[in-house]
Amino acid sequence: MDHLLSWIIWLPVIGMGVIAFIPRDRSSLIKQTAALVSGIQLLLAVYLWSVFDASNGNLQFMERAEWIPSFNITYILGVDGLSLPMVFLMALIGFIGIFVSWNISNAVKGYFSLFLLLNTGVMGVFLALDFFLFYIFWEVMLLPMYFLIGMWGGPQREYAAIKFFLYTLAGSVLMLIAILALYFTCGNTFDMLLLMERAPIALDGMLWWGMSAIKVIWVLLFIGFAIKVPVFPFHTWLPLAHVEAPTAISVILAGVLLKLGVYGMLRINYTMLPDGVFWFAGALAVLGLINVIWGAMCALAQKDLKKLVAYSSVNHMGYTLLGMAAVIAASEMNGSNLISAQAGVGGAVFQMFNHGTISAMLFILVGVIYDRAHHRDIEGFGGLASQMPIYTAFVAVAFFAGLGLPGFSGFVSEAMIFIGAFPVFRTVVIISTLGILLNAAYFLWAFQRMFFGPANEKYNEIPEINRREILTLLPLAIITLILGVYPRPFLDLIASTLNVLIESVVMYGGIAQVIQ
Amino acid sequence: MNNLNSLVFFWPELLLSGTILVAILADLFYLKKDSFKVAYWSLGGMFLTYIAIRLQDIEPTSLFMNTVAHDPFSQFFKILILFSTAIVMLMSLVSGELRKYRIGEYFSIMTIMTFGLFLMSSSIDILMVYLSIEIVSIMSFFLAGYLKRDSLSNEASLKYVIYGAFSSGIMLYGLSILFGLTGTTNFFEMQKAISMLGVESNFALILSAVFILVGFGYKISAVPFHFWTPDVYEGSPTTITAYLSIAPKAAGFALMLRFFNQVFGGMSENVSTSWSAINGLPWPELIAALSAATMTVGNLVAIQQSNVKRMLAYSSIAHAGYMMMALPMMSNSSIEGIMMYLIMYLFMNLGAFFVVIYVKDQTGGEEFNNFDGLGWKMPYIAIPMTLFMVALTGLPPTAGFVGKFYIFAAVIESGSKFYWLAFVGVINSVISLYYYIRVVKHMYLLGERSDEFINPSSKLVLGLLMILAVPSFVFGWYFSPIAEWISRSTIMFQGM
Repeated sequence: MDHLLSWIIWLPVIGMGVIAFIPRDRSSLIKQTAALVSGIQLLLAVYLWSVFDASNGNLQFMERAEWIPSFNITYILGVDGLSLPMVFLMALIGFIGIFVSWNISNAVKGYFSLFLLLNTGVMGVFLALDFFLFYIFWEVMLLPMYFLIGMWGGPQREYAAIKFFLYTLAGSVLMLIAILALYFTCGNTFDMLLLMERAPIALDGMLWWGMSAIKVIWVLLFIGFAIKVPVFPFHTWLPLAHVEAPTAISVILAGVLLKLGVYGMLRINYTMLPDGVFWFAGALAVLGLINVIWGAMCALAQKDLKKLVAYSSVNHMGYTLLGMAAVIAASEMNGSNLISAQAGVGGAVFQMFNHGTISAMLFILVGVIYDRAHHRDIEGFGGLASQMPIYTAFVAVAFFAGLGLPGFSGFVSEAMIFIGAFPVFRTVVIISTLGILLNAAYFLWAFQRMFFGPANEKYNEIPEINRREILTLLPLAIITLILGVYPRPFLDLIASTLNVLIESVVMYGGIAQVIQ
Repeated sequence: MNNLNSLVFFWPELLLSGTILVAILADLFYLKKDSFKVAYWSLGGMFLTYIAIRLQDIEPTSLFMNTVAHDPFSQFFKILILFSTAIVMLMSLVSGELRKYRIGEYFSIMTIMTFGLFLMSSSIDILMVYLSIEIVSIMSFFLAGYLKRDSLSNEASLKYVIYGAFSSGIMLYGLSILFGLTGTTNFFEMQKAISMLGVESNFALILSAVFILVGFGYKISAVPFHFWTPDVYEGSPTTITAYLSIAPKAAGFALMLRFFNQVFGGMSENVSTSWSAINGLPWPELIAALSAATMTVGNLVAIQQSNVKRMLAYSSIAHAGYMMMALPMMSNSSIEGIMMYLIMYLFMNLGAFFVVIYVKDQTGGEEFNNFDGLGWKMPYIAIPMTLFMVALTGLPPTAGFVGKFYIFAAVIESGSKFYWLAFVGVINSVISLYYYIRVVKHMYLLGERSDEFINPSSKLVLGLLMILAVPSFVFGWYFSPIAEWISRSTIMFQGM
C-alpha cells in the first residue's frame, strides 16, 4: 500500500471534511462517521504493525515530497520502532475516545471535527521527519485542544484552556529558535536524518556567548518538550487541564499527548545532540526523581479523584525520564554496560506505552463515576464495591496496573527502568523506589475510601457501568494484562531501533568529556 | 534619465494621477447617496495602474534626474499598496460608520495617498522622500478625521497633525544636516560623500541619522515614537485604521530599508559591513533595542484593552516591532523577511479590522463583549476571525507563522549575536496569544449558546472575508510562489 503513513495522518482530516457536510442536527451520523474514520485509521495502524520489519532499526515506509524548495522544506515521513508503538497507541486511544465521548450533546459537529484534527496533529508529530513539518504538526494540536477543553470542559475550563495553550506555546516557540539555529548551523536543512548526521559535527566546539552551542540548543529543545511531558517545575498546567477537560480529552491528553515530549527528546535531543545527553543525563535522572516523588506526594494529598489520576501521570512520567537517562550506562566511561542502557531506554519507551493504556483506563473510569454521581470527591463515596461490583473490578485492575503490581505491564517497564538506571544513578534509583511505595499508597488509599467501608446510602440506586463503557475499557485492560505477562512482542518491536539510538548516542561518549 | 524620457517608465503613476482627477470630477456629479460610486472609478483606475505595473520592464533604473528609482523592489511595494488600498476601499463600501457622510472625496483622498505611497517606496532623493512623506501624511490627517461629527475622530486627526508635524520637522532637520555634510540630496552621492567624511563630522552624522530615524520611527509607529498610534487608530474610521496599519507602514519600511541600505550602508557588497558608515554608534544594537521595546510595549499594553479596535491598534505596534527585528541584520534575507511579513500581515490584519467593522455594524460596538456568542450566531464571521487571531499570534499553519518564521530565520541566520532578539520575539508571540485568543474566547466560550442565526448582510461581506481568510490560511503551508516573487523583488536600484 502506497503512502500508508500519509493515509494514517490525513484520514482524520478527510473525516473532518465529510463531517462538515453533515447537517448539525444529525448528531448520531456525525458520531458514526468519526468512529468509522478512526476505525479505519486503527486498522491501518495494525496493518502497519504487521508489515513493519522489527529486525530493521532504521526508518521504514519513508515518504518524501518537495514542499517549499526555497527554504529546503520537504515533506518527509517515516516510522521506526520508536514511533510505531506511539502511532498504534494514538490510533487505539483515538478510536476509543470517540466512544468515550458518545454522550456529548453540545455542538457535536464541532467537537468531533476538532477531535479528528487533534488526531492528525498527534500522528503527524510521530511520523514527521522534517523538522519544519514536525513543528507544524506540533502546533496544529494546540488550537483543537484549546477549544476542546475550553468549550466542553468543566467549570474552570476557560482558565485551564488558556493556561494549557500559553504553557505549550511558550515551550514550542523556544523550540522554533532551536530548530532555526540547527537549520543555519547544519547547512540549511530541516531534514532530520541529515541533521542527525551533521549536527554533532557542526555544533562541536561552537560557542555562543561563552556557552557551548550544544548546551544552548539542548536546553531550548528540552524546555519545549519538558512542558509537554510535563517535567517538574513545568507541570502546573497539567492537573488543571486534566480536571477541566471532558473525559475523552483527558484520556487523549494523558494517554498520548504527554508522550510527545518524551518522544521528542528521544527522537531529536538524543540523536542530534548526543553530547548533550551526557551533559544532561544526571539532571534528567534527578528531574525524573523529583517528578516521581512530587507527583506521588501531590496525588496523596488530593481529594478529587481526577486530580489524583492527573498527578499520577506526573509520577509515572518521572520513571520514563529516569529510564531515558540510563542511556549513558553504555558509554565507555561507565563501563560499556550496553544491557543497562537497553533496559533503561527500552523500559522508558515501554513505560510510555503502558502509561498510555493505564492512564487512559483510569480517566475513563473517573468519567464513568462522574457521569453518574456528578462529583469526583473521593471522600464522597464509600462502599461502592457493593453498589457497583463490575465497576469496582475495573477500577481494581486499573489501580493495580497503575501502582505497578507484578502481572501488569506497568511493573515490567518500571522494573526495566530501575534495572537500567541502577548502575549509573544508584542513589537516585534507591530514593525513587520510595516513589513506588507512595504510588501504592495513594492508589490503595483512594480505593479503600471509595469502595470499602459503609456504603453511602445516596448511591444505592446508582446504575452499574454500562456496556459501551466496558467496551472502551476492555481493549486497554487486555493489553495491560497481556503485556504484563508476556512483554516480548513489544520489546522485540522496539529493540533494534533502540540499539541504533543507543549506539549513536554512545559514539560521542568520548567527546562528551571535552564539553563537560 | 531626464524628465521627458522618464515619463515612459512612469505610466502607473500617471494612470493613478488620471484616476485622482477622474475621481474628483466624478464626485461632482453624484448625489450624496450615490457618492460611494466614486469608489468604482477609483478601483477601475487602480486596476489599470496594476496592469501598467505588471506590464513594465523592471530593469533597475532611475527616473527624473535620479530622484525616483524604478526597480523590482519598488514594484513589489507598489503592488502591495495597490492591493491593500483596493481591499480597504471595498471594506469602506460596507462600513456603517461612513454611510452617514458623503464619501466621494474619501475615495479620491485615498487615491492621492496611494500616489504618495508609490513615491515613498521608490524615492532615492531626500527631497522626494520629504515630499512623498508629506503627501501621505496630509492625506492621512484628512482620512483620520473623516467622521467630522465624531469627537474621537476629530481628536485623532488633531493628534495626528501635531505629532506628524513635529516628527517631520525633526526628520527635516536631520535631512538638512545630512545635506550640509554631503552637499547633495541624492542617496548615492550622499553615500560616496559620507564615506569620505573625516572623524570630525561623525557627531553631526550620528545626530542626523538619529533625527531621521525619529521620522521613520514615527511612520512605522516604533516605540518610543508610537504615542500617536492608539488614539489615532481608535478615533479614525475603522477602515482607515486598517489602512494606516498596512499601507503607510509598508511604504515606511520600504523607505527605511532603502535609505539605510543606500545612504548609511557600506560601499562593499558584504552584509556585515552594511552599517559601517556611521562610526561611534552601535547602530544595529540600537535598532534591535528599539525593536524589542516596540513589540514588548505594544503587546503588554494590548493585553489591558477592553476595546477590540484599540487592542488591534496596540498589536499593530507590536507587529511593527517584529518587522523591525530584521532591520539590524541588513541582509538579503532580512529584506525578504520584512516583505514576507508585510504580505502575510496585510491579509490577517485587514481581515481582523474588517471583522471589527462588521461586528460594530451588527452589534453596535467594538468592545470584547460585543463578540460574545458570535460563534453560534455568525459562524461565517467567527471562523475567519479565529483564523485571523491565530494568524496574528503566529501559529502554524497560518500566514502569520510564515511571516514570523521568515523574520526569525533572518535574525538567527546572522549568527548568535542577535539570538537574544529572537528570544524576545518568540516570548512576545506567546504574550500576544493571550489577548488575541481572548477574542476567540468571547466568540465561542462566553455568551449564551443560541440557535439564532444572523445572515450575512451582503455578498460583498462574504466575498471580502474569503479574499482575506483564504490566503491567511493557504499561505501558511503553501508559500512557494510568494517566496519566489519576494526573492526576485529584493533587487534595488544601486546607483549609476
